Amino acid sequence: MTPLKPLAEPCPQYLPNDEPACRKPHPFVDVDRLSLHYGAKLAFQDVTLSISKGCITALVGPSGCGKTSFLTCLNRLTDLIPTCLVSGRIMIDKLDILAPQTDVIRLRRRIGMIFQKPNPFPLSIRRNLEFPLREHGVRDRTQLGSAIETSLRDVGLWDEVKDRLDSPALALSGGQQQRLCIARSLALAPEMLLMDEPCSALDPISGGIVEDLIVRLRGRYTIVIVTHNLAQARRIADHAALFWVHNEAGRLIETGPAKQIFEEPHDPLTAAYVSGMRG
Amino acid sequence: MTSLHSNTLFHWSTDDFLCWFLRGLAGVAGTIVILIVTFLIMEALPVLQGIGLLRFFTDPSWHPAEGFYNLTPMLWGTVFAMAGSVLIATPLGILSAVFCHYYAPVSLGKLYRRLIELLAGIPSVVYGFWGLVVLVPMIGEIHPPGQSLLAGILILTIMILPTIALMADASLANVPQQYLRGAAALGLPRWATIRGVVFPAAKSGLFTGVILETGRAIGETMAILMVCGNVVQTPSSLFDPIRTLTANIALEMAYALGDHRAALFVSGLVLMAMIVALAIAAEWISRGRIYG
Amino acid sequence: MAETLSRSQNPRERLAFVLVWGAAAVVTATFCWLLGDILWHGLSRLSWTFLTAPPESAGRRGGIGPILVSTFLILGVCLAVSLPIGVGTAILLAEFTSDQGLFGRMTRRSLDVLAGVPSIVFGLFGNAFFCKMLGLGFSILSGGLTLACMVLPILIRSTEEGFRAVPANYRISAAALGLSRTTTLVHLLLPAAVPGLLVGLVLGVGRAIAETAALIFTSGYVDRMPESLLDSGRALSIHIFDLSMNVSGGDANAYGSALVLVVLLLLINGAASWLATYGLHRKIATI
Repeated sequence: MTPLKPLAEPCPQYLPNDEPACRKPHPFVDVDRLSLHYGAKLAFQDVTLSISKGCITALVGPSGCGKTSFLTCLNRLTDLIPTCLVSGRIMIDKLDILAPQTDVIRLRRRIGMIFQKPNPFPLSIRRNLEFPLREHGVRDRTQLGSAIETSLRDVGLWDEVKDRLDSPALALSGGQQQRLCIARSLALAPEMLLMDEPCSALDPISGGIVEDLIVRLRGRYTIVIVTHNLAQARRIADHAALFWVHNEAGRLIETGPAKQIFEEPHDPLTAAYVSGMRG
Repeated sequence: MTSLHSNTLFHWSTDDFLCWFLRGLAGVAGTIVILIVTFLIMEALPVLQGIGLLRFFTDPSWHPAEGFYNLTPMLWGTVFAMAGSVLIATPLGILSAVFCHYYAPVSLGKLYRRLIELLAGIPSVVYGFWGLVVLVPMIGEIHPPGQSLLAGILILTIMILPTIALMADASLANVPQQYLRGAAALGLPRWATIRGVVFPAAKSGLFTGVILETGRAIGETMAILMVCGNVVQTPSSLFDPIRTLTANIALEMAYALGDHRAALFVSGLVLMAMIVALAIAAEWISRGRIYG
Repeated sequence: MAETLSRSQNPRERLAFVLVWGAAAVVTATFCWLLGDILWHGLSRLSWTFLTAPPESAGRRGGIGPILVSTFLILGVCLAVSLPIGVGTAILLAEFTSDQGLFGRMTRRSLDVLAGVPSIVFGLFGNAFFCKMLGLGFSILSGGLTLACMVLPILIRSTEEGFRAVPANYRISAAALGLSRTTTLVHLLLPAAVPGLLVGLVLGVGRAIAETAALIFTSGYVDRMPESLLDSGRALSIHIFDLSMNVSGGDANAYGSALVLVVLLLLINGAASWLATYGLHRKIATI
């Protein structure tokens, strides 16, 4: 059983890129020459990247360059695909997670993941949050109750759903469902959140709410977000990594502080992409 | 938050246990076919070793008590009944599916499909019984005795019709709508569209349906046993009584002993061989070779 | 409109029209004839006594009480054995093996062949294996076990489809939350796959209850009330067969029994199609 973090004070709104929460970069994830094959097809190759604790790292780049595949390596969802072959090394908090003896269940508990399409289970709102907690050994009713309330408050959903916790989660709107999914991950008190285009399946207003939420989570969680929306990446990211397709396989072509990537990129491809000329 | 750091010891998790447990169950399910074939061979072995496989086709007759084991007349019985019923049921079944999809009004088509599903659910002994009390006397009026190859073919036709009709129905439903829109835009009339566009697109499913109905026709026992007269002979006309391999087993198993019993298991093996051949044909079709 | 652009009178189209409607009419007429005949002759036999009384004079008179009991006992044995094996195999095939894996592929292939095995061959096998080799003799147990082998492929295929119909994102999001596969299976997949499982169950029951050939020399002919599972018991379908073939003057009761069997099967098929159409939606709406 893990002690749940106390309810944090509402996070101060950061002015994007002015005052990064992670001013002192403190590496949390170290990816070393990571490659991934689906059967004979190479998805991406030789990605070396460091992700800092408490920061928002945005992965950007054109479709099909392996960003999502890269994300699924970090919590070993790749294990679900039988033909998938990962090589290289990923160290998370000094732990080699690709080692065969890694307990993926515990790993995934420490790393939450949010998908493009909201995917609550066909259960009630309460059961959606309660069921994974119970599975991870939280049995005490009051503790469950407070964990549910805390995580729903964290995502700003508490006031909207507190009177209908037992109604089906699938009856919520798309944006609410997505925030519920984030709450579901937060309830497990992860250290890191992987987000695969969390706003792109939502309408602009819901997407904006989710984006604000992500910004508020900065500092408490290490966040890696895949996004196609360059404006969004520019608004929220502390660091950015640009993927590109070379010879039908994804590669990481530039990485650095978001400010540098978007304003003074070194690589001409990056410059073209962020200025909207390519990709 | 140190839980992961102590994780390097592998433990026998519930998941692993479940997986091996399920593998055990699936192993049982998967072994049944092997068991069946093994037992058929084991039981047939005494007579196969004693007189050899060839005599089942060259002996003068089927008189197990006197040591004659010719299966050929019954093999012909099976083949004729199967061929006749497949020849009638295939066009009827495919036209039935066409009716559901392209000719009938929607509600009538649904009703008709439900009717076919009900036909599929009626047990063979009921078909046999109905054939015996209704169909056989009618055929007997035209040409005695009535219990005949013709009665067998007609009953089998009704029995296998749902198989081909439902299979054809499913494969017609899978024909992409844009083919139909394309044909309609070219001003093709209904039957021309079906013949020229729908049938080629649904070909593989239709062939699979024919294979399945053939399997059913070969394996059917009770209905055939009840309406075919069960005389061991190679039929020379539609009105001759016949006996099929399956009916022979059902009729004689109750009192067969020794080599006779083993001979019945040989006919079981022959049936299995036919079914396996059909399964191979089905596999061949599903891999799309039929288009080549 | 009809005056300016009249329908073409292409003879081939008209022939096809006649043939298609003709085929449907022939099939419908045969169906009505068969069902009407059974209904017409069987309905007069049907009564509470017929359903409960024991048969007399080899079945010419009396009812089908013990025969119904034997039928349901055989069915019970069949389901008790085939359900766990079938559902387990379906879960393994749908959730724990890849389509390319050798074990899964071999199991699937073997089940495909099993589905095509003629029922009389199941009878031969059941007689040799359950009756002789395992020493169960002609008994309800032998018959039920033989039927269990026979309905497995149906049960497995339909249950497996039920599992495959569950959206993949349930599995992925459950995995991303660090839930074990066992938990995911029990709490998320199994409830969602229940409709498929039920359809398979109902279809399997339908096949088992209609079966005759596999039972003749496994469960036997005895029409007394069975006292244990090791007693021989006569199934309803065998009763119809015996009355019409071996008992002169048994037709009236054969009609009655056939009607009971057909009604049972119509109920079962109705349940299957109802479950397949509405079960799934209700399930999702009510969780």
